[in-house]
Amino acid sequence: MGVNKPIKVLWDIPREERFAPGHSMCQGCGAAITMRHLAKIMDKNTIIAMGTGCVEVTTTLFPRTSWRNPWIHLAFENTAAVASGVEAALKALSRKKIIDDSRRIKVVAIAGDGGTFDIGLQSLSGMLERRHNVMYVVYDNEAYMNTGIQRSSATPYGAWTTTTPIGTKLRGKPQPKKDIITIALAHGIPYIATANIAYPVDMVEKFRKAYEVDGPSLVHVYSPCTPGWRIRNEHTIEVARLAVQTGVWVQLEIIEGEPRVTIKVPRRKHVRHYLRIQGRFRHLTDSDIETIQKMVDEYVEKINKWVGEEAIGPVVE
Amino acid sequence: MSLAQVVERKVERIAATGNHAAAYATREVDIDVAAIYPITPQVQIAEKIAEMVANGELDAEIIPVESEHSAMSAVVAASAVGARAFTATSSQGLELMHEILYIASSLRQPVVMALATRALSAPINIWNDYGDVISMRDTGWIILFSETVQEVYDNIIQAYRIAEHPDVLLPVAVTLDGYILSHTIEPLELVTREEALKFAFKRPRGYRPVLDPDDPITIGPLAAPNWYYEIKRQQIEAIRNAGRVVREVGREYGKIFGRTYDLLEPYMIDDAKIVIISLGATASLVKAAVNRLRKQGEKVGMVKIRLYRPFPAEDLIKVIEDVDAVGVLDRAVVYGSPTEGPLFNDIAVTLATRGIHKLLVSFVHGLGGRDIFVNDVIAMYKKIKRFAEEGRSPEKTVFFGVKGEEV
Ligand SMILES: Cc1ncc(C[n+]2csc(CCOP(=O)(O)OP(=O)(O)O)c2C)c(N)n1
Ligand code: SF4
Ligand SMILES: [Mg+2]
Repeated sequence: MGVNKPIKVLWDIPREERFAPGHSMCQGCGAAITMRHLAKIMDKNTIIAMGTGCVEVTTTLFPRTSWRNPWIHLAFENTAAVASGVEAALKALSRKKIIDDSRRIKVVAIAGDGGTFDIGLQSLSGMLERRHNVMYVVYDNEAYMNTGIQRSSATPYGAWTTTTPIGTKLRGKPQPKKDIITIALAHGIPYIATANIAYPVDMVEKFRKAYEVDGPSLVHVYSPCTPGWRIRNEHTIEVARLAVQTGVWVQLEIIEGEPRVTIKVPRRKHVRHYLRIQGRFRHLTDSDIETIQKMVDEYVEKINKWVGEEAIGPVVE
Repeated sequence: MSLAQVVERKVERIAATGNHAAAYATREVDIDVAAIYPITPQVQIAEKIAEMVANGELDAEIIPVESEHSAMSAVVAASAVGARAFTATSSQGLELMHEILYIASSLRQPVVMALATRALSAPINIWNDYGDVISMRDTGWIILFSETVQEVYDNIIQAYRIAEHPDVLLPVAVTLDGYILSHTIEPLELVTREEALKFAFKRPRGYRPVLDPDDPITIGPLAAPNWYYEIKRQQIEAIRNAGRVVREVGREYGKIFGRTYDLLEPYMIDDAKIVIISLGATASLVKAAVNRLRKQGEKVGMVKIRLYRPFPAEDLIKVIEDVDAVGVLDRAVVYGSPTEGPLFNDIAVTLATRGIHKLLVSFVHGLGGRDIFVNDVIAMYKKIKRFAEEGRSPEKTVFFGVKGEEV
């Protein structure tokens, strides 16, 4: 099933497209790139459960669909519960030989950050705790985009959204981003990773491993949103790469609780480079940027300590 | 099948609560997936299913979900794979499911749910009324009320046959009055698994669209204004026509197992001048009251509505055509309605749209588990009779049995 040899170079990424073109995602949409690459590691024996959000509405406008696999959507907050139901049904029907029991059918759950970090957190926790054999992918565009750019608990500190506007008293989101990886880790699941569309080989390899795992796995994918982040369409990959190069986003893989950094950054760039090309951070002053730099420094220090090496180096200009 | 054949069936009789009867029915029809979550007074259904799976009596996947919202989501999804799925709930649990109830019926998934009826918060109250089931009235589910423990069991077995019928493909809720049926031990005649599966047979996978890797489909897409309305229209047609299937299934059940079910059940109706209409276990009390009143020479009858949704309007008209006055007993309220009894409102509309004029009295009773007794039903009957003598229908619902309010 799936892709059974490791993805080491670009050429290893399957050419087959299981995610059909013709959808209505924005030009430069990071989530679209995420979906296309995610679909590449699936084969026909994959059933997809998706939560309400940008990807769902842009890929399934009746009577058309972008999905070449069986696909189901019920609502916003229950993607993990839907995936649990699909998985349990497959188990029961295979055991009763209604479905060929030699066939391994994998369930992949896909939801946005709002559908995962916020409203879907309970159902995600339930699914992980019950140990369903489901690969869960959260495409993180750091806000509720489908409803028009409202803050979520995945929105980073200082970012503009329509519900964290730039006023005289409040300027952007006052709280930092929620750490979903630690939450997933607390469930003791076998495979957790962060991935980023600017590093497709790394990303697809993580998808592949998460898919192969027998049990729950979670991949958290950094997926820039052009209108939501107020970035140019051609800057999607640039912003995604800068997130890694500045240490704002660290490429992690946690197998059975053992963490490692898959894309090491010996010399970090200053966070200013990342913030300055995004309209959502336009209002930040130099001192705001220094505050954010300190937050990133602390995060990097924490990660390095956790993985037991200096995987992410100091800021070198 | 002749009566002799019916009698020849070897039947096992046991004593069981409504909750256990519901669980046994799921065993008989060999459910594949059950999502379970505790809430009073339904919880013994979940416990019994877990026990039967643990003992190998039932081969099903149990999903011990973290909420009822997930329970409903998971069974809809399991059903979309082609599994026979079941869940049970009450009151607050049903309210938490509410969003997904509409999705279950709109996605045409033949899920079956047992609902041990219970009052809604606030104030929090664990006792019986129909506030919960009435709140799912408009969600597109087929709703069957049960009067006895035996009916709970029989209804659940029939529910799968109805839900999975190709002309229906809708979810079915089967009620059991909280405590009054859920916790009361009554005699129960069992149906063997072989018999149940012959009756509520499992159709070949793929007879309805399911999530199948060999034939991939997209379930639950976005529908814009150019399609939404047509999709809804089909759903409306499906539930409208479900009554026919409910009737056929109930008749066939009677032929095989000796207990025939219809959409409603008239009692002592032939020469009745006044009829009392009710739902669920309340009907047993009404029956007892009718018996007593008949002994006193009163021309009274009753109708028990078994199929609450789709509402059996035509059947009802046929049986109450000749009566003068109709009293309706509601164990739930629809706040702010012109009259607050939900069943009453259905009946008033049924009559009005057919140009039939009858004296109508709406009673609400027994909210939050307030007991009513046979004497109370007799008091309500007398009230209807008084209105009938005065020749006028009261404009407002009568709230029976409220402290400090005279009826
Ligand atoms: C219960 C419920 N609340 C709110 C909504 C409205 N809603 C639909 S999509 C969405 C935002 C989704 O955000 P996210 O999960 O981050 O996905 P994105 O749109 O950003 O891709 C919201 C708030 C809904 N559909 N259901
Ligand atoms: S709004 Fe953002 S996430 Fe949504 S389709 Fe457009 S770019 Fe993608
Ligand atoms: Mg989002």
